[in-house]
Amino acid sequence: MTDSSLDAAALRRRTRQFLAAHPPAATDRLDFLRARFDAGLAWVHYPEGLGGLGAPRSLQVVVDAELQAAGAPDNDPRRIGIGLGMAAPTILRYGTEEQKRRYLRPLWTGEEVWCQLFSEPGAGSDLAALGTRAVRDGEDWVVNGQKVWTSSAHVARWAILIARTDPDVPKHRGITYFICDMTDPGVEVRPLRQITGEAEFNEVFLTDVRIPDTRRLGEVGDGWRVAQTTLMNERVSIGGMALPREGGMIGKVAQTWRERPELRTHDLHQRLLKLWVEAEVARLTGERLRQQLVAGQPGPEGSGMKLAFARLNQEISGLEVELRGAEGLLYDDWTMRRPELVDFTGRDTGYRYLRAKGNSIEGGTSEVLLNIVAERVLGLPAEPRTDKDVAWKDLAR
Amino acid sequence: MSTQPDLLYSEEEEALRAAVRDLLTDHCQAAGVIARAESDAPHDLALWKALADGMGLAGLLVPEDKGGQGATHREAAVVLEELGRAVAPVPYLTSAVVATEALLACGDDDLLGRLASGRTIGVLAVALHLAPGAPFPAVRCDNGTLHGELAGIADAAVADVLLVPAEDGGLYAVDADAVTVTGQVSLDLTRPVATVRFDGAPGRRVGDADVAVRRALRAAAGLLASEQLGLADWTLTETVRYLKERKQFNRPVGGFQALKHRLAQLWLEVVNLRAAARAAADALARGESAGDGEGSGNGANGGSSGNGGNGGDVDVAVAVAQAYAAPVAVHAAEEALQLHGGIGMTWEHPVHLYLKRAKADSIAYGTAGAHREALAGLVDLQAP
Repeated sequence: MTDSSLDAAALRRRTRQFLAAHPPAATDRLDFLRARFDAGLAWVHYPEGLGGLGAPRSLQVVVDAELQAAGAPDNDPRRIGIGLGMAAPTILRYGTEEQKRRYLRPLWTGEEVWCQLFSEPGAGSDLAALGTRAVRDGEDWVVNGQKVWTSSAHVARWAILIARTDPDVPKHRGITYFICDMTDPGVEVRPLRQITGEAEFNEVFLTDVRIPDTRRLGEVGDGWRVAQTTLMNERVSIGGMALPREGGMIGKVAQTWRERPELRTHDLHQRLLKLWVEAEVARLTGERLRQQLVAGQPGPEGSGMKLAFARLNQEISGLEVELRGAEGLLYDDWTMRRPELVDFTGRDTGYRYLRAKGNSIEGGTSEVLLNIVAERVLGLPAEPRTDKDVAWKDLAR
Repeated sequence: MSTQPDLLYSEEEEALRAAVRDLLTDHCQAAGVIARAESDAPHDLALWKALADGMGLAGLLVPEDKGGQGATHREAAVVLEELGRAVAPVPYLTSAVVATEALLACGDDDLLGRLASGRTIGVLAVALHLAPGAPFPAVRCDNGTLHGELAGIADAAVADVLLVPAEDGGLYAVDADAVTVTGQVSLDLTRPVATVRFDGAPGRRVGDADVAVRRALRAAAGLLASEQLGLADWTLTETVRYLKERKQFNRPVGGFQALKHRLAQLWLEVVNLRAAARAAADALARGESAGDGEGSGNGANGGSSGNGGNGGDVDVAVAVAQAYAAPVAVHAAEEALQLHGGIGMTWEHPVHLYLKRAKADSIAYGTAGAHREALAGLVDLQAP
């Protein structure tokens, strides 16, 4: 529900009053962020008392602009993307009042980092086949299993976790959604080194981890439905960013092209122009999607954005390696490290080329996304299912 | 606040679309278009009258004080989307956009008003394949009479007035009665081209050919993307519909993953094309100073997403749309044909009309390659 009396002017006024009471230059960063949350200016579309004002989501830009102009600190959203983009909407929708009050404030201020324990070695595209077990023991659940591709696990305080609570029913029905304490002694985080040489993700081993039933989100056995809220928000946050012209991967290669005329060939020129056009059109499509969201008419276009950007990032970074010729044979650094932030367009050409390979796998493979577009947008028949009425424990694996 | 183009459709634009679609549903059925294509009169002048006279659409780009509707390229683009969806054989793009834009650059208000009413059909006598900025052939001018021949002129068969570039640099208005128009057997049955022969036809100088042709072809290339969007949208929609219904191997063929992925891919291309076509239409609508786009194409504008009214930004938006639209419309039509199987290869099924129009459109007003080459200069990605 939104409060229609809260228009842009009213929000601007509120933000200015808040800034007058908490001058950024004279306020501790964390105190400022906590006060901003308490004033309902964190995410205005959230309910009052939970960092918001029940205002339309589109008005957040008004608040952000005022705060930015005043030089206010932000909550470093890139560092806490999983919390903001995935955990928070799920807690808001399925959490108890107590859970919302406990988790949302430190999540938003960045005091507590969140990670996501979903994928498993045996459950990738078929996430619902996951085998991490949670068994009820008194007021607790005892969890055993292995999760993978977990970014931020080594710095996270909390995780959103899905685990199997009933192996005797078909796979989608036996899953329950939990909040897992990453400091529990049964949680072991190991870096997962990837083709770029670094470890931006982790493997997480769960051994007799005890989770109190009060940290369950949603009903027992309803975890798959709860997880849909999380995953829906993941795809929006991956594909929905507005970019300036040449704002993404294409900007890097265009810059190299302009600065290094000696590298140019006719073949590369033709391919570069083609990719430049495609990148600009994809940017316009993202902008159109953003305008649709602001106008309150979300379209199905978002499903396609990630597909387009994955392919473009791969083709453009591949072209750039080739453009660099002899330098394309080199790599900046294979040293194993654990970066806290990921920048697809950061580092060197070779890194960009290798990292982009993940873009068509993470957050839903391109093949699965094409199925989703075909079935949900175009209404084509679903794939024949052999796992529908089979208990999870009887599935092939 | 925003320097981003408005990429949505307004309520008025959606209402316009609905009205045009209703008319075309009633008066432009595929079977009729196919039958007409081989007759002596491939153009549907009754439909043109309904669009122009009945709905006033021929004058969208003309200011009200000059007899038009005072609308913009955004509305004309919506009309073209719908005409593309129906492969309607009417001279809308050629008369209501190209010839009209040429006259807007000249200032012949009387002729402009006649074109805006739709009672006079005007055609710019520049070959359909030429890109904005490309050199174009002209005829000899002797004391106000024209001599020579021009080929590849789209919709010349139904023109009442031709706007003809002459070697003296002028653009001349010539009555169609005074010239010889000979239809060429055309790939696109619904927008046929013709040769026009001038044997001393009297011409009236209306303005400067270079400026008028450049402006006309830029608007044509930009708005053609909306027609191509309409073609692609129809072919995708119709193919999806057919594949849900067509059964082989005891199941709808639309359920096979190999086909689903191709259709999903095509959907993505159409979604992208919509954004590119809207961006071009919006840029043309905002670029009031159209025609003086030259000279703005130097320097990298990476990072800046442009400001409305700048001729260079209009040029970029048009070139991007046209470089993207042509391959998508052709791909959509080719996929439609293949995925329809044998029926798609028949004369009876309309998909060939869309393929022929899409392929012809990929040449019209410059190929995708020509527009990419233009971009190399506009966004400073120079050739070796």
